[in-house]
Amino acid sequence: MSKDCGKHALRGDLVQIHKVILTPEQRPENLPASTRIVPYEGWIKGFLLDDEAEVGDTVRVETFIGREVVGTLVEVNPAYDHKFGKSQRDLVSAAIRARGQIERSSAHEE
Amino acid sequence: MKSDNGYHSVMARRNEILERSTGIDYREFEISPLAFDYEGMMNSCGYSLSDIQQIQRETGVGDTPLIELRNVTKLVRSISAPGKGGRIFIKDERANPSGSFKDRRASLSVYHAARLGYEGVVCASSGNYGAAVASQAAKRGLKAIIIQEVYDSRKVGQPEILEKTRTCEAYGAEVWQVTVGPELFYMMLRALEETGFFSASLYIPTSVLGIETLGYDVAQQVMEREGKFPDMVVITHAGGGNVTGTARGLEKAGSGETVVVGASVDLRGLHMASDHDFNRKSFTTGHSGFGIPFLTWPDRTDVPRNAARALRYLDRYVLVTQGEVFYTTELLAKLEGLDRGPAGNTSLTAAISLARELDEEQILVVQETEYTGAGKLPSSQLTFAEENGIEVRQGDPKGNVPGKVIVIPDRAEQVHVEELELSKIRESYVRHAMESTGVSQPAGADVVFLAEDCGSSVEFVREVLNSLNVEKASG
Repeated sequence: MSKDCGKHALRGDLVQIHKVILTPEQRPENLPASTRIVPYEGWIKGFLLDDEAEVGDTVRVETFIGREVVGTLVEVNPAYDHKFGKSQRDLVSAAIRARGQIERSSAHEE
Repeated sequence: MKSDNGYHSVMARRNEILERSTGIDYREFEISPLAFDYEGMMNSCGYSLSDIQQIQRETGVGDTPLIELRNVTKLVRSISAPGKGGRIFIKDERANPSGSFKDRRASLSVYHAARLGYEGVVCASSGNYGAAVASQAAKRGLKAIIIQEVYDSRKVGQPEILEKTRTCEAYGAEVWQVTVGPELFYMMLRALEETGFFSASLYIPTSVLGIETLGYDVAQQVMEREGKFPDMVVITHAGGGNVTGTARGLEKAGSGETVVVGASVDLRGLHMASDHDFNRKSFTTGHSGFGIPFLTWPDRTDVPRNAARALRYLDRYVLVTQGEVFYTTELLAKLEGLDRGPAGNTSLTAAISLARELDEEQILVVQETEYTGAGKLPSSQLTFAEENGIEVRQGDPKGNVPGKVIVIPDRAEQVHVEELELSKIRESYVRHAMESTGVSQPAGADVVFLAEDCGSSVEFVREVLNSLNVEKASG
C-alpha cells in the first residue's frame, strides 16, 4: 500500500478516476448553450486493480460495491475538502439583534 | 449481446428498463393517453400505513420529536398585530438515521427492493435522498449506486453536494459524481441496465407512501399535546413528494382541514441545466427551479407516472429568498438552540411570515429539519456564493436577485413570503397536460382526471380548455 498522497498509486490504493461519458457531439440537442459545448463527465472512487499507476494513466478500479470501472487516474487518497466557510458578520449580528428583541418584548410583558 | 450505450439508444429503451427496475407495469393504470388511476397505482404495492410504520421502525426511521419554537413565536408576535402570531412547532426529522425526512422515502423503497429480491438499488440524487438510500441499503444489506450532479465544467462543486458525496460514500455506496446536465437520467438508466438493480426513484409509489407517516405523526403529536389538529402545515416543496406524502398522511390521521402550504426558495431566472448558472445558486433543492415545473407538469421525471402530485394537495404555494432562509437558519440556532440544515428552514422562513396571519392560539407546524455541517451551513454557502461572483449584502430582501444578489434581512419583519396564485399554476398544468400527452379532444374521464390532478373542479378545467381553444383559433 502506498502511504504517500502523491501521484503514484499501488494496487489496492483508494483512488479517484475520471471518464468522459459523452462528448459535446454525443450530448442531446436541447441543452442550454453553456452546457451544450462541454463534455458530460463523471468521477468515481474505488480500489486500484492495476499493480501500479501514475496520475493520468488509464486504470481499472473496483468500486465500493465490487464493480469494475475503467477511467483516468486523477487522485490518490482523494480528499474531502468542502468547508464550513468564513464567518458571516451580517448574519450573526442580525440573529443576535433578534435575540435582544425577544428579551425586550419579554421584559415588556412582565 | 453487446447493446448500444449511446444517449439516444439508451433513452429509447427507457420504458423497458424502468419496468424491469421498478417492478411496476405502468400501463396497468392507464385510463387514456392522458388519464391514469392514481390511487390504484399508489395502492398497488399493498402497504398500509401501519405496515409502513412497522417497516420504518425496523431501521430506526420515524418517531421524531415535535419541538415548539417558543422564542421564534415570541419574535413573530413582537412584529405582529395584537392577538396575532400563531404558535410555531418544528418536526425534528434530523433525528432519522441519515439526518433527514428522506429516510422515510428510502426506507420503504429499499425494503420493497429487498422484498422483490433485487441485489441493489440505484438512485439519481444530489441531496439527502441519495444519503437516505445509501443508509437504508447498508442497513438492509443491499448494494447502492448513487448518481449525483456535482460539478460544473470547471470541476467546481456545490459544497452541499460535495457533503452528500462524502456521506453517501460513508454509507458504502458507489457514487458517480457527474457534471451538469439532464443526462443524469441516462446515467441512471445505464446503471440500472448494467446491474439489474431496483430503481429507487424519488417518484415511485413507495418513495411517496413512506412520507405519509410524517404527516400522520404531525397530526397525532399535535392532537395528543394540544387536543386539536394543526391549523397549518408548511412544507418545503421541490419535486412534490414531501407535499404529497405529508398531506396524504394528514388526511389519513383525520387532519384533512389543515391548511397545506408549500414553500420554495425563489430561484426564478436561473436555468437548472445550465453549466453557467449551476454554481450561482445557494440551494440545491427546495427551490422554484424544481417546485414550479413539477407543479405545472409532474410527469417530467424518471418514471412514466410520478407518484408525487403536489397540486392535488396544496392550499397555498409561497416563495422566500435565499437571504431570508440564511437569516432564519441563524435564528433557529441562536434563538432555539437548533443548528439545522437548509431544507426545513425554507418552510420555517415561510412560517415566520405566515404565522403573523394566524391568531395566537392557532398552531403552525414546519414538518422537517435536516442535519447540517460543512458544505451545508449558511457560512459555507455564502462563502461559496461570493467566490462565484454573487454579491452578498445586508438590507431589505426585496433586493434579492437570484444568481446575482443575496440580501440578508436586518430584521424579522422584513421576512415576507411571495404568494404564487395557484389558479395560474393550475391553468399552466392543464396546458402542459394537453401538450405533453398530445391529446387534442379530452374525453369526460380526462377532464375528471385533470380536475383531480390539479386539485380543482371540472368547471375550472373546462374553462381553461375553452380558453386554450380560443387562443388556438385566434392565434
